[in-house]
Amino acid sequence: MNAATLENSDQSADIAAAAAALRSDRFRIEREGDWARLEAIVELMEKGKDRKVSDEDAMAFPTLYRKLVSSLSIARESSLDASLVAYLEGLALRSYYLVYGTRTGFGEWCRTFFGGELSRSVRAIGFDLLLALVFMVVGGLVGYFLVAQNPDWYYALVPSSMGDVRVPGASAEALRGTLFSSATDDKDSLSVFATYLFSNNAQVSIMAFAVGFAFGVPTMLLLVYNMASLGAMLWVFGSRGLASEFVGWLSIHGTTELLAILLAGGAGIHVGRALGFPGKRGLLAVMKDAGQRGAKVMAGVIIMLICAGLLEGFARQLINDTVTRYIIGYSILLFWLLYFFVLKRKSA
Amino acid sequence: MAKAALSSAHQARVVREQRSKLHRILVTPEGVGLNVHIATAGARMGALFIDITIIFGLFLALLFGILFIGWAYATTGLPEPSQGFGEMLVVVLIITVFLARNAYFLYFELGSRSATWGKRMVGIRVAARDGGRLTADAIIARNLVRDIEMFLPLIFMTSGGVQGQLTSFAALAGSAWVGVFLLFPLFNKDRLRVGDLIAGTWVVQTNRSSLGSVVAGTGATMLDKHKVDHSHNYRFNEEELSVYGEYELQMLEQVLRNDNVDALETVCASICGKIGWNPGAGDERAFLEAYYTQLRARLERNMRFGKRRADKFSDAH
Repeated sequence: MNAATLENSDQSADIAAAAAALRSDRFRIEREGDWARLEAIVELMEKGKDRKVSDEDAMAFPTLYRKLVSSLSIARESSLDASLVAYLEGLALRSYYLVYGTRTGFGEWCRTFFGGELSRSVRAIGFDLLLALVFMVVGGLVGYFLVAQNPDWYYALVPSSMGDVRVPGASAEALRGTLFSSATDDKDSLSVFATYLFSNNAQVSIMAFAVGFAFGVPTMLLLVYNMASLGAMLWVFGSRGLASEFVGWLSIHGTTELLAILLAGGAGIHVGRALGFPGKRGLLAVMKDAGQRGAKVMAGVIIMLICAGLLEGFARQLINDTVTRYIIGYSILLFWLLYFFVLKRKSA
Repeated sequence: MAKAALSSAHQARVVREQRSKLHRILVTPEGVGLNVHIATAGARMGALFIDITIIFGLFLALLFGILFIGWAYATTGLPEPSQGFGEMLVVVLIITVFLARNAYFLYFELGSRSATWGKRMVGIRVAARDGGRLTADAIIARNLVRDIEMFLPLIFMTSGGVQGQLTSFAALAGSAWVGVFLLFPLFNKDRLRVGDLIAGTWVVQTNRSSLGSVVAGTGATMLDKHKVDHSHNYRFNEEELSVYGEYELQMLEQVLRNDNVDALETVCASICGKIGWNPGAGDERAFLEAYYTQLRARLERNMRFGKRRADKFSDAH
């Protein structure tokens, strides 16, 4: 009844009546209770206190959001109260992110990630992995043959610290000592060593991925350089007849670590290739897909490097038998390859 | 004085136009366009600075915590801790450095506010560029690139940054690109850094304005009829109300909300001058409330008929 009189007075454009009541303020007063309720829910959810939201509020949340969005479109067309419109805009956007930003919990994420998403992403960048593998092999060969021609190259390729016995011309005994830890060695600080190795390797592979943005070129250089120093060391050990022992020393953790570096490099090249050859879908869309795929692979890389760090820090120091080192290293490699390339889920 | 008023009004319009360069519209599945403002480069820098400070602060706190434990052991003469305990501290330290470098941004941006502490303080957050779900992959991707955008240059500046076998070469390769990465956001209209580009994200302003009270008490007087309605004292005719547009109305709304006596007097005087009234003293607020209400009623009525008027310089239709 009251509304009807207001309606009439408003339509008759009587200024006095309009002064008594603005239609847009009436609109606001009727709805502001719902808005305040929504705001309280949003406030709690933004703070991550979802559990404090009552069941009724949680049920009402989508409806309140839709009501708010419709209020916003009405207010934009009928109200000149700037503060009201700004409030509705802000609240609508905040609730929008919550309504459509439904997140999966950590457990759920793990299940989908390990249950197929990771290996799917790895397979999706297969071509880039092949490229990365080529660069790694080339790098290793370059390192080996450079040092074979002139041992001075070793010092350029391997950043050696003072007192490191692993240099060209070192005796077989000294070199053997670096591969096998003796009983007198201190085995207590292995956890520190493993942690250090992990953090260092992870940082390097994150960088290998990130610099891939520059058309993949820095990633390729990193892979070549990385493997060149390995090739150079292989020559040093090979020249004293310790090649198979060196490979065993390397294999126990290196199969995991090098595969992780290969994946990181491949992911970097994948992003760089998307920038260089975006194709018909447009640069931004292609980059985004490549980046998110790369991120999944990188999450896998970090997990592999944790394994590699544990193997390198503990298993390599504790297992001094070359044959056992080979068995462990290559069965782990087999596991990774099966997991990434052979075991496939039928449906997503 | 009229000239000054004119130039200030024009200035405000320019500001509005400049702001609109960073303005985007996000269309929700309900078909309503929400206004999104991309965070300015300055806000991004400010947030980053705060975050770096916090990371350093947390790191130093941990370092001092460990030193304090060592000092406490030494002074209180407790039995020598086992070697395992000391090792554990070193392991914790290494992991903390790694996490500080990689996980701080990840953790906070994966949270439901999608913003680090620094971002929250300056009022910005990460969002998916297409308006869809912000996935964990996107957050991981944008923060992996951060390592070379931010920490690599930081390490150059602080320590020369050699910590592993590969880093001296990598530092060289990386440093060539640091400039590109740092300036990248300034050279695209969405202020994307490289991490945003490959993650499909952007950084937008958060809008947390609170709902002000009903200006001029019109709604309240309507509901509560016993209240005295001052606006009956002032009636304005069409001509007197037709001098202003929406922009001036909203300026007047601000003045009324702020309720500053000096501002009320100034505005009252200038409106009276404009419409040819003699400003009275002592009743400015009632006058302005009445004028605001009637002007708004008029403009909103026209709005319903599809007639909008941006400001006093534009035409009535």
